[in-house]
Amino acid sequence: MSKLFSKENCEVFSNPLNLNNPITVQVLGICSALAVTSQLEPAIVMGLSVTVITAFSNVIISLIRKTIPNRIRIIVQLVVVAALVTIVSQILKAFAYDVSVQLSVYVGLIITNCILMGRLEAFAMQNAPWESFLDGIGNGLGYALILVIVGFVRELLGFGTLLGFQIIPDFCYENGYMNNGMMTMPAMSLIIVGCVIWAHRSINKEDK
Amino acid sequence: MEHMISLFVRSIFVDNMIFAFFLGMCSYLAVSKTVKTSLGLGVAVTFVLLITVPVNYALQTYVLGPDALVEGVDLTFLAFILFIAVIAGIVQLVEMVVERFSPSLYAALGIFLPLIAVNCAIMGASLFMQQRVQMDPEISSQAISGFGDAIAYALGSGIGWLLAIVGLAAIREKMAYTDVPKPLQGLGITFITVGLMAMAFMCFSGLNI
Repeated sequence: MSKLFSKENCEVFSNPLNLNNPITVQVLGICSALAVTSQLEPAIVMGLSVTVITAFSNVIISLIRKTIPNRIRIIVQLVVVAALVTIVSQILKAFAYDVSVQLSVYVGLIITNCILMGRLEAFAMQNAPWESFLDGIGNGLGYALILVIVGFVRELLGFGTLLGFQIIPDFCYENGYMNNGMMTMPAMSLIIVGCVIWAHRSINKEDK
Repeated sequence: MEHMISLFVRSIFVDNMIFAFFLGMCSYLAVSKTVKTSLGLGVAVTFVLLITVPVNYALQTYVLGPDALVEGVDLTFLAFILFIAVIAGIVQLVEMVVERFSPSLYAALGIFLPLIAVNCAIMGASLFMQQRVQMDPEISSQAISGFGDAIAYALGSGIGWLLAIVGLAAIREKMAYTDVPKPLQGLGITFITVGLMAMAFMCFSGLNI
């Protein structure tokens, strides 16, 4: 048990959450990060889907890494990921139809999410299944973290709600407070991610 | 014909891959440092889109769609695997053809060609095409109802992507001379610049032909 949670393994898990965050530091998987964050709920669902898919594709590739011929590894990786994405997409359609309509093509686009290919190439091809699993969970959660931050800001300022519940009290509206319609536009998510990166780099400046 | 032109123009300006859907963002941010390389990548993306979208359109209509292959069978759930396999295969094929017949173009595109297989813009265009096939051309100006429409949509999306990446590269070249706060340099300011460009492109949203 102690071997499973050794210091190195904990670092594999916790590094992507902050110091080596896939979005703000490695700049991977931006595409879907921006489009699904106009509200908190799709952002959370998307983050969880990516976490699950990254973890399991990492495990699968890590299990078969010694048998994959080097020349066709990209195709093998793509097919494994595509199969997992198909399963997740069918599950979402069955149990969370509204969210899956909101996410529309972006569930399918998890296949081409650079985080997945990046982790498979850089980590799962060289490491054992358990480390790869932790690495996948860590990177997926690091991605979900940024999604949730952006989704939180946009839903709070754009609609005055969180997860569909009204947060801004009524008397604020009566006294002239208005929802910022700009926040619901796609363009704002870029600017918010820019600000998140700014804050992240200012805090972690000493480490570099 | 009018429908095709409208589809073409709308997919460049209104449904721009970058500014409206954020597709292909990773390579968009990574490669937009100089105008010359970004032009190369833009041309390569347009080229691959122009081939993959019509091929996937044929697959969708004749193999995957409801009742297409066998009466009463709907294979749409296979779309992800099939589309990505087609894209990866065609990128490989295009790479070999370009290498054989035009070594100068091959050298200019360099590493970008194989990377296009995992560019979200290519996969995204195919998935949007799949959505749009189900729309009614009488009602929606976004509907795709034939090979001509699929080609117009692919070309428009590619040119829209090209426009966006060359524009950003031109801005970033000039931005090298500005005094940006230290933590915001590089990625941070690029995001904010793209956000402002996206806002500018929002003024096209009412465009209709």
